[in-house]
Formats: sequence, C-alpha cells, structure tokens
Amino acid sequence: MGNTTTHADIEFEMPAASKQSVSVSVKDLDLRFGSLQVLKNLNLDIHEGEFLVLLGSSGCGKSTLLNCIAGLLEISDGQIFIKGRNVTWEEPSERGIGMVFQSYALYPQMTVEGNMSFGLKNAGLPKSEISERVSRASEILQIEPLMKRKPAALSGGQRQRVAIGRALVRDVDVFLFDEPLSNLDAKLRADLRVELKQLHQRIENTMIYVTHDQVEAMTLADRIAIMKDGIIQQLASPDEIYSKPANLYVADFIGSPAMNLLKGVVANGTFTAHGVSVPLSGYDFEKPFEGPAWFGIRPEHVAIGDAANASDTQLTVKAEVVDPLGSDTLVMARLSDERFWLRISGQSKVKIGDELKIGFSAVDASLFDQSTEIRL
Amino acid sequence: MADATTNAVTEARGPKPRRVFSSTNIIIYGTLLVVCLYYLLPLYVMIVTSLKGMPEIRLGNIFSPPVEVTFQPWVKAWSEACTGINWDGLSRGFWNSVQILVPSVIVSIAVASVSGYALVNWRFKGSEAFFTILIFGAFIPYQVMIYPIVIILRDTGGFIGDVTGTNFRLMGSIWGLVIVHTIFGMPILTLLFRNYFTSVPEELFKAARVDGAGFWGIYFKIMLPMSLPIFVVAMILQVTGIWNDFLFGVIYTKPETYPMTVQLNNIVNSVQGVKEYNVNMAATLLTGLVPLTIYFISGRLFVRGIAAGAVKG
Repeated sequence: MGNTTTHADIEFEMPAASKQSVSVSVKDLDLRFGSLQVLKNLNLDIHEGEFLVLLGSSGCGKSTLLNCIAGLLEISDGQIFIKGRNVTWEEPSERGIGMVFQSYALYPQMTVEGNMSFGLKNAGLPKSEISERVSRASEILQIEPLMKRKPAALSGGQRQRVAIGRALVRDVDVFLFDEPLSNLDAKLRADLRVELKQLHQRIENTMIYVTHDQVEAMTLADRIAIMKDGIIQQLASPDEIYSKPANLYVADFIGSPAMNLLKGVVANGTFTAHGVSVPLSGYDFEKPFEGPAWFGIRPEHVAIGDAANASDTQLTVKAEVVDPLGSDTLVMARLSDERFWLRISGQSKVKIGDELKIGFSAVDASLFDQSTEIRL
Repeated sequence: MADATTNAVTEARGPKPRRVFSSTNIIIYGTLLVVCLYYLLPLYVMIVTSLKGMPEIRLGNIFSPPVEVTFQPWVKAWSEACTGINWDGLSRGFWNSVQILVPSVIVSIAVASVSGYALVNWRFKGSEAFFTILIFGAFIPYQVMIYPIVIILRDTGGFIGDVTGTNFRLMGSIWGLVIVHTIFGMPILTLLFRNYFTSVPEELFKAARVDGAGFWGIYFKIMLPMSLPIFVVAMILQVTGIWNDFLFGVIYTKPETYPMTVQLNNIVNSVQGVKEYNVNMAATLLTGLVPLTIYFISGRLFVRGIAAGAVKG
C-alpha cells in the first residue's frame, strides 16, 4: 500500500531528470458542494519541472482538483502551496499559474495578440515587456502569422496553440491543462501531444495535466495520479501504474483491452480458479497472503503457441472473437467463465473457433485481495 | 436517343424541381398577403387621412388618396393642438418623453446587465433566492403597486427636499417616472441578461480570472463586447415599452411633465369643437415614430439577440 494516496514516499521513484524540490503541494484538501463531498482529504506533492497527469473517468474530481489548485473554486478545507508559498486564499492571477482549457476559452472579440497580452495588461506590465514576451511565446508555438487574426478565423489546433501561448506569456512556474486536446480530432490530438511534450522538455516548467485519455497520460506523464471518487488511487510513473497497479480499479482502468481478471483463491503458493491453477513462486508479494483473490494478467503477457511452453501455466482456449487491428490482433477467449483477451501478432492467422495453446506466468501478473481490492 | 431522354426525365438527379403555383405556395403567400393587408390598411388610412384637409375628410372616402396634399395637420399636431391646459401641441410631450426615455433606458440596462452578469458568474449566498424574488416581481400586477409607489415617491422626494433645503420633489417630476420605469424594467431585463450570460462559456470567465481581470474588468472587457445583440434587444424592449407607456406617465407626472402618449390621448379625446381627424392621425403617427424607427434600424440585431438568448435558459 506504499503507493496509494500518501505523498511522502514517492520521491525515490522520481525520474532522475527532475529536481527534487516541491513545486505544488496540496495538503488535506477537502471540497464539498453542500452535502456532496467531491474531494476527500487529498494530499499531493508535485516536483519542480514535473509533468503530472491527473487521470480518471468523468466525475472523479480531477478537473475539480485542478480548479482548486488554480483558485477558481473555493476549497472547503486544507491548504495549497505553490513554490513554498501558501496560496490558499489568493486570487487565481496571484498564484503564479497559467491555465489552458478544453474549449480554448479565447476571448472572441480580441485578436490573437490581444488574447495573449490581456493578462499582462491587467498586470500592468510596460508595453515593451508585453510585446517582447508575446513575440517570444508566439515564436515558440509558431503562431506568428496569426497574430492579427481573431479566434473565429483559426482552426481548432491553432486556437489551442494560442491558448497555450496565453498561458506561456505569463511567465509562471506552473501550467495547468484541463483536457486541452479533447476537442481536437484524432490526428491533431496526436500532433499537439508531441508538441506539448517537446514544449515541456524545452521550458521545463511544472505541468499539471487533466485528461481521461490513457494514451495521453501514458505518453506525457512523469507521474500519473489516477483518481476515483475524489481520492487518488495510485500516484506513480506510467510504467509502474501499468505493470504494478495498486488496486483492482487501477488495474481495470489502465490498458486497452483491460487486464484479464480471474476470481479465485490463493493457497499454498498457488492461485486456483475454476479450471485454472497458477503457481505463484515468481510473484513478488507485498506481504504473505492466503485467501480469496483476483488474478490479473495483461493480454500481451499471455504467450501463444510454442512460446507458451516456457510459461508456468499452460492451457488451451477457443477463440470466440477476433479483432484485427493491423499491427496486432486481439482475440477474445473464455477462461474460468470470464472473458479472456489475448494480444497476438497482426501476422498470425487466427480464425473464430480455433483452439489456441496459451501460457502465462505469475511474474507478469497482479494479484488483488478480493475484500479490499488492494494489490497483494 | 428516345430512350436516353426518357431516362433523364424519370431518373432523379440534382435538385428536385418545384412548381411555383403549388397549392402549398398559394396558401402560404395568400395568407401572408391577407395578413399584410390587415395590418397595413389602417396605417395607409392614417397616413392618407393625415394629409387631407377637413373638407375632404367630410366627404367620407377614407381609402381615397388626398386630392390636395396638406401638411397643416402635422404642423398643428406638433405645435398648436390643445393638450389639456396648454396649446403647444405634442412638441412638449415629445421632449418630456425623450427626457424620461434616455435616462430610464440607460440606467435600467446598466443595472440589469451587471445584475445578470453577477447572478451568473459571481454567485453569492442567496443569489438564486434573490433571482427568484426578482422574477416573482414580474408577475405582480402593476395596479397593486401604483398607490404604494405614489406614497414612496411623495415621501422620499419630500424628504430629500427637506434635507437639502430645496424644493426637490419626485412625485410629478420626470425623475420620479425614471425611477419607476427603471424598477419595473428590472425583472425582465435581468432575466434576459442572465440567460444570455449563461450561454457564455464558463471557461472564458475562468480564463479571464486567471489573466487577472476582476469583476469590472471581466464585465467591460470580456462580457460587454460579446453581448451587443442582447444589449440591442434590451434597448428595443425598453425604448418601446417606456415610450408607449401611458399608465405610469399619467399617474406619476403632472401636465407640464406629461409624456407624449398622455398628450396624444388628450389631443384625441378632447371634446371641444370639431373632431379633427387629420390632426389626430398626424399626432398618432408622430408618437409612433420613435419605436418604429428603432425597429427599422435594429430589427436584424433584435432577431439575432432574441435567438441567442433563447438557446440556453
């Protein structure tokens, strides 16, 4: 349970590139709307220069948390620190943040230049400084030819670039992104995702990024915080989230198709379910456990055909559904009365009804306690 | 060849051909024509009559165009007709109405737009209750409030007069009527602006806050430039409503400060001597000129604003 909810014990997992000082710190945050508790005693430390992604399905409180950090929502309890300064009672503009919204939120009656300089004018900066910052940001984002246009005359991708530029000119320590790519089409989304990553590598600011898209989360993040019902379920690197999910929810949420889960019992170093028995000698238990458990294995960790000979457990299943994706093919079989997905090479010719020899080992698996749903 | 031609006729391709004299078209345009005549005929009669002399009117052909065009009735209506105790026509009422209209429209729209904006974007404790009460106010019949307002205007005006040591009065003055119009315009205008501002994306407001704009900064720099259509709608509603008002005008002012509508009534309903139909028609047209002009100038914006406000409520 070391990597759930708490914040102090994460630092040793940080990528070497990022510095260790804390940039944004959320302490004991509570948020209630009337009787509805949206965020519950939430603690989160974000390191300087880190790219943190808040991931979760809609209604999990991830956008709400971002709005709290930005100061756009008044919190019910707790504190927020940015760069060691307590900003809990400060206005959004005083917190040293820049924010990018899903709907771009560009001021429709102002030109691109006007949009980008609006915040600086409000801050009372001298004209020369404003134009210098705006031109620098527009150069970084390559939107210089658009400066005199109004938002209505821009495409979706250009609008979002301008919105990023508006955050960039503020010269702040922390950038907040609220699902910035969700309104774009698939191709543009992929392009802008790469650009965002490059932007982060170039300016090295702290970035907090809210999304419900796991691909965005996995590709962009230094660390991902997976949220559900206002609670952070797991805060770890994308790799760890994927290979060692902290609980059943995270295991099921991350990965497409989702992790195969079998319901059974752990006893005498073996997991047993209906028709399946897996020796657990290779599994790294957090602490010794016996009793009812979930056994989870990702589709790509299931070996097919001759490759299965090396696995601890070997079985034969029948292909019920075949989904060719080009690069690889997904096959749905049935194991222990549960749907069981396999990811095989796109070259292999599997037809519905084919008998497949499969195998997997406990090394690649995740085990969860059935009562607490926490990783074993 | 023959085959190809029949094919071209039978096979559907391109826009579907439509008949000009289909039964649907005849019904639609026929109805429109009748309705147009119904509304335009009285206007025609008024204009024609106002350009005739009294001998010609007595002949009784109300639809016939004037044989001898005269503008004398218009001049008389504007500057000579009897409006009760004065003999200076509608001109005095026109300027009274302008003096009532301009501040009422400006003040009511200013207050209502800021209230609507605050109700949407700066929710405060009880803001919903406040709004409900305000809207409820729109359903209370005016007649119930007439006498209380008389007392309020009389007493507050008198009080201000006493305190400042002047002869200041609200009851019977133009300013009293301005206050009444402003207050009575509030429910519907606030509703109008609130609904319009609800349709402005919330993220825009959030972005402006991150950019350091405050209550007034966001109002003047973001919201105001975005909401021209709804301001035009509010202006049209207020201009026509206040200009056409008769009840408040006749109650809260006195003969020297009567608005144009009250004077028009006095001209038309005066019982001494001959009924000068041409003068009455000219006076009525003069009175209706302001709202008509407003509609002609801003009709397009009006429709746009109404449509925009109606999308979300």
